[in-house]
Amino acid sequence: MSAADALTAAPSREPARHSATTRVVIYGLLFLFAVVYLAPLVIMVLTSLKPLDEVTGGNMFYWPEHLTFAPWAKAWGTACVGLTCAGIKGYFWNSIKMVVPAVLISTMLGALNGYVLTKWRFPGDKLVFGMMLFACFIPFQSVLIPMATILGHIGALGQSLQDATGFNFGLGNPIVNLVLVHTVYGLGFTTLFFRNYYEAFPSELVKAAMIDGAGFFQIFRRILLPNSTPIFIVTVIYQFTNIWNDFLFGATYAAGESSPMTVALYNIVNTSTGVIEYNVNMAAAIIAAAPTLFVYIVAGRYFVRGLMAGAVKG
Amino acid sequence: MATLEISGLRKRFGALEILKGIDISLEKGGFLVLVGPSGCGKSTLLNTIAGLESITSGEVRIGDRVVNDLHPSQRDIAMVFQSYALYPNMSVGENIAFGMEMRKVPKPERDKAVAAVAKTLQIEHLLKRRPSQLSGGQRQRVAMGRALVRQPSIFLFDEPLSNLDAKLRVDMRIEIKRLHQTTGATIVYVTHDQIEAMTLATKIAVLKDGELQQVGTPAEIYNRPSNLFVADFMGSPAMNLLEGEIERADGKPCVRLDRRDQAPILVPAPSSADASALREGAKVVFGIRPEAVNDNDSLDRNAKSVVHFDAPVEIVEPAGADTYVVIHVAGREMTARMRADTQVRVGQNHPFALNLDKALLFDPQTTRRI
Repeated sequence: MSAADALTAAPSREPARHSATTRVVIYGLLFLFAVVYLAPLVIMVLTSLKPLDEVTGGNMFYWPEHLTFAPWAKAWGTACVGLTCAGIKGYFWNSIKMVVPAVLISTMLGALNGYVLTKWRFPGDKLVFGMMLFACFIPFQSVLIPMATILGHIGALGQSLQDATGFNFGLGNPIVNLVLVHTVYGLGFTTLFFRNYYEAFPSELVKAAMIDGAGFFQIFRRILLPNSTPIFIVTVIYQFTNIWNDFLFGATYAAGESSPMTVALYNIVNTSTGVIEYNVNMAAAIIAAAPTLFVYIVAGRYFVRGLMAGAVKG
Repeated sequence: MATLEISGLRKRFGALEILKGIDISLEKGGFLVLVGPSGCGKSTLLNTIAGLESITSGEVRIGDRVVNDLHPSQRDIAMVFQSYALYPNMSVGENIAFGMEMRKVPKPERDKAVAAVAKTLQIEHLLKRRPSQLSGGQRQRVAMGRALVRQPSIFLFDEPLSNLDAKLRVDMRIEIKRLHQTTGATIVYVTHDQIEAMTLATKIAVLKDGELQQVGTPAEIYNRPSNLFVADFMGSPAMNLLEGEIERADGKPCVRLDRRDQAPILVPAPSSADASALREGAKVVFGIRPEAVNDNDSLDRNAKSVVHFDAPVEIVEPAGADTYVVIHVAGREMTARMRADTQVRVGQNHPFALNLDKALLFDPQTTRRI
């Protein structure tokens, strides 16, 4: 029995609309692309579990002969980033400290913007929305220098507060700066997501709540937010991935010890001293990618659902 | 309970005038139904009473308060929406209590009020459920419960039954009528369904293109419509409106209704018409409801003025309780209401009788009743 026969003989819920050859071609292509897509990941994982001599001496597709987690431990705790050799753990936490507030603040503000732009229409609301959308199309390279100037002023303000009160309120802190920058440039997207979602949200619910005596924020908190789970998840995944993976702002506005994960990874890989430890580099890269992967796995099914909902209603 | 007074109300969206000067007053405990075709402004009018839309000019008065600039929550109203507008994230009980929660009513009091309303509407067993777990009729009850628990001066209903199926609609209509009779509430109710309007209202306001066409009791609206629009809009099947010409026969004004291939029908001008306005040769529109077009069998025994004629039957529609028969007079279709067991057959030349007691005449130019 040929492969084609096996495919046609397979039970199907609907009458076969495609010939066996078509199926073979379709599944063959899908398989091919899956291999192309997954091969680098497999090599990364395999390499990170081998001692260095196995990596440099052997075939990179081979299974590890001496399975070891030492490269992971080294990447996390003792690898040299620039001049300090304390691993990437500090930078990992830098990224977490940056990404969590930035995602939460930009998502909440986006939800609030979407709420105002759909349920509290005002003259010129379309123009305001259009201008916010424009933020989605700005190439970030073009804002680097103006933003640096603004951050410089904020830093100076922080310094004078420090002098006056003994506390700078976080102004001038590189992590706070990055949170601010990512919030500002994330707002365009989060507003777009929430506006399109709330556009399809029944206005009668808002009217009913108004008659019931609920105020602006009460309606937002009690009526809109509890019914926004899908778009909330979409926005959080989108923002998390973007901010976590950002290199440009991180490399520009944070230096040395306060760099985010992406910048530290670049510095590990790009070291100019000693041998290149591929296994440690691979482990560090996987650690750097892990949080986004984790967010996708936890909330991925909502992501697809949310995107579909937006596509139909938006 | 309170009175409602609307005077000179106008609403403009940019250059578009939606409401063109509305004057209506509703007595305490009255049931006002705003009726009209879609886009006539009836929902906008309701929203201006609720305060969900601002008004361009005029005055809305609830009880002795002018409420023009008051927030919806301060107008002492409750509203039932077409889509029910139940909060999907809250249980039925929380939905009903939400308004009280916003007004900071203490929890024990809230629970007591919710329980009382749930008992009235027989939804006690649903209090823990979410709106998505309810049927259309149950959602409707919950929406009414949310309005009732407020004990407002005025209830506003925005096409509350239009999402229900036919059977349930009749049940809920009776329920609303019972609610009105037992509580004596003042109600403003928007619908495009003229049967709902007739059955529920103590007062009907017919709107078209943002203008009031007529305000009156259901009987006034039905029996003495002030113009062709109201005559045509209210009643199902619609009133027969036929073009005719005034003639004099035996010194009395008559309406001549021409017919194709047959002798014209000469109908004495109805007593409701102002005889002085009837010039000979003037064009008029003769209006007669289907229930006044019968055969000898189904004719009202108390009819004072009757005209007989023969006409070929074109269509027979048995509707259960009655049979509707369509014939052709004066270039228009004319619907007659017969007894259910009538023996009329299509194509047959059948004797018909016009009961003129409730016939009306309209001026085709101004469309007003003569």
